[in-house]
Amino acid sequence: MASDKINDVSDADFASITGSDTPCLVDFWAPWCGPCKAIGPVVEALADEYAGKVTIVKMNVDDNPETPGKFGIRAIPTLILFKSGEKVDQVTGAVGKAQLIELIEKAL
Amino acid sequence: MDKTHFQLIILGAGPAGLTAGLYAARARMNHLLIEKGAEGGQVLLTDWIDNYPGFPDGISGFELSEKMAAHAKRFELNSMFGNVLSMDLTEPIKRLVLEDGPDLTCDTLIICSGAHPRPLEIPGEKELIGKGVSYCATCDAPFYRNMHVAVVGGGNTAVQEASHLTKFASKVTLIHRRDELRATKILQEKAFANPKLEFIWNSTATKVHGTDGVEALHLRNTDGEESVLKVDGVFVLIGVLPNNEMLPLDLLQADDGGFIPTDIETRTAVPGVMAAGDIRSKEVRQVINAAGEGATAVLAAEQYLTNLS
Repeated sequence: MASDKINDVSDADFASITGSDTPCLVDFWAPWCGPCKAIGPVVEALADEYAGKVTIVKMNVDDNPETPGKFGIRAIPTLILFKSGEKVDQVTGAVGKAQLIELIEKAL
Repeated sequence: MDKTHFQLIILGAGPAGLTAGLYAARARMNHLLIEKGAEGGQVLLTDWIDNYPGFPDGISGFELSEKMAAHAKRFELNSMFGNVLSMDLTEPIKRLVLEDGPDLTCDTLIICSGAHPRPLEIPGEKELIGKGVSYCATCDAPFYRNMHVAVVGGGNTAVQEASHLTKFASKVTLIHRRDELRATKILQEKAFANPKLEFIWNSTATKVHGTDGVEALHLRNTDGEESVLKVDGVFVLIGVLPNNEMLPLDLLQADDGGFIPTDIETRTAVPGVMAAGDIRSKEVRQVINAAGEGATAVLAAEQYLTNLS
């Protein structure tokens, strides 16, 4: 389970949230995905560390089929970094904190 | 954290680490369990566990992880979220260096860092991770509804997860380098009876082809004949590699595969350091023996501490 402390994003509000000038990291997850749960604490820690600089949100792929399809997501957890509505880069799998920081820094 | 020294530190919260935590907490040892992700370890990658005693109807990997964690917490398990980068085991007081926060020290250490899926290491594999190449059928199977996927492997994990994939995919082709499966018989019986599951024997995958997603898998059989299998996804389930990047491998006398040898009481070559679960050098990697080794390791740690004093 992704973290409860991270706000949810849905197909409906995806464009408005990722369209911002503030970089946005979206954690695509599902309740049945173990590694999504494993990566939860790391994503949570990063949300604290980058508060105000990067928006970190999560999307439940079960509830929101449209966006994962649009980005060709075939594995979770996948984390995609957006800036001004454009995809900057992405990582897949329960990667470590250092790798996620490397991803986030690409938009800063 | 104010406290930085413990009688016992347990590294990793898979079945071995959680069982060690349960035993350490019940023994009222001054202990700490460090986990860099969520409790459960590789059990979280398993859709269904049918061979853990006490669950006659089987249990999902997810639920078993949660139950193991809850069980240890009931006895006041002391755990933290952290990533151990390196350690110094040359002195009686062992020192662990973390990604965040101060170094932690301990008299005894139980290494339960586990293992992760082994990649094929063929062209196209790495580039297409998350775009059709997967190491976790439980996680990614629902993305392959009515598609054709390949599973590479022939052990318990490959055969069980291939069967799981047939709940979603229209067809699953299992590719195995030998002419018979290594998986346990009941899994084989189920697999052979599954009309959606096909087998390609005596073949290895040589290349994953695709641009934005997996389009095909290139195969070579033992006669040297090459073929191309059109698939939408490839699940690589060919065993595990040790999570050992934080360990002093020479000191621990790691085997050629990077796993840690121990005696029957889980004691490594370093006094006061035990290894339990998938990181241990051994033939059988099951939830049940990981849990058993976790318990053994705590008893070995207690014995070491008794002899110290």
